[in-house]
Amino acid sequence: MSNTVDDKIKTFDTRTTSRVPVESPLTYSYRRSGAPAPGKGSGAVLRERPFLGHLVLRGGAIVLDEALRAVLDISLPGEPQALVVDASGERSVQWISPDEWLLIVPGGEEFELENRLRGALGDAHFAITNVGGGQTVIDLEGDAASELLMKSVVYDVHPHHFPVGKGVTTVFAKTSVILRRPTETRWELVVRRSFADYIYRWLLDAGEEYAIGVER
Amino acid sequence: MFYIYCPYCGEHREEEEFHPKGEAHIVRPEDPETCSDEEWGDYLFFRNNPRGIHHEMWVHAVGCRKFFNITRNTATYAILETYRMGEAPSITAESRDDRASLDAPAETETAENQEGVRA
Repeated sequence: MSNTVDDKIKTFDTRTTSRVPVESPLTYSYRRSGAPAPGKGSGAVLRERPFLGHLVLRGGAIVLDEALRAVLDISLPGEPQALVVDASGERSVQWISPDEWLLIVPGGEEFELENRLRGALGDAHFAITNVGGGQTVIDLEGDAASELLMKSVVYDVHPHHFPVGKGVTTVFAKTSVILRRPTETRWELVVRRSFADYIYRWLLDAGEEYAIGVER
Repeated sequence: MFYIYCPYCGEHREEEEFHPKGEAHIVRPEDPETCSDEEWGDYLFFRNNPRGIHHEMWVHAVGCRKFFNITRNTATYAILETYRMGEAPSITAESRDDRASLDAPAETETAENQEGVRA
């Protein structure tokens, strides 16, 4: 496969094969604030999914859609606030703004995917940025998860207003998160790494009344 | 608190997600090299501060991060419309004057107050 873009843009794999100690963004928080184990009465369960591959795609919707279909067999969500998850549930694309999408794939896939997308996009006008090092995903599950979110975000999370397959960027406490609902029972928060501790502690505090548990 | 309609997100969002960015539709002098100091000074520093209809630029800072325009009544804080960058407003101070003479003024005022304001 000829890749004309390679001559102009230098890409590199952020994951090395050498033995470098890697810590998830919440490692410090677990040690400092503790992690209550989920029990039978837990209305909400929190789970971090660190080290995923996060790519920000920018450009025209049509060219990006074609490339993404060819490479990953996922269609790009054209509607605002839309979230598309593939059959396995491991890869997702989310509308962020009219010319910006967030692509999340299992950790380790992102570099190869980026290169294949660059190949498929050729000389089109686009940008692909690996932001995996800057953000992490926190899952929230349980009956009280939406109630917990009501205390935390300004956005209306009522099922009528926030159906499965929706994702928004909104205000969470005093910071911002990307809030998404990939399935009926699970909420995902895509948070900045530097705010992960703040959000974790906020969730523990707000979830105390629902006996929030942390799965590790 | 307002609910503001973001023309890019296509729905009403909390005021907290937005930032005002000043007057809209400010046109840069076509040829800055030859324009007078007064023209350039007006462009850089002088802004309108009308009582009534005002066109403003806002940004959906936590959200899609796009700039867009709002037509707002500075006396009642009512948001009359929001529209994308590069589009022309459908409501202006002049069009409001025309409408006011046609419609019953009391009714218009109530509708204005309700639009964009959270119940």
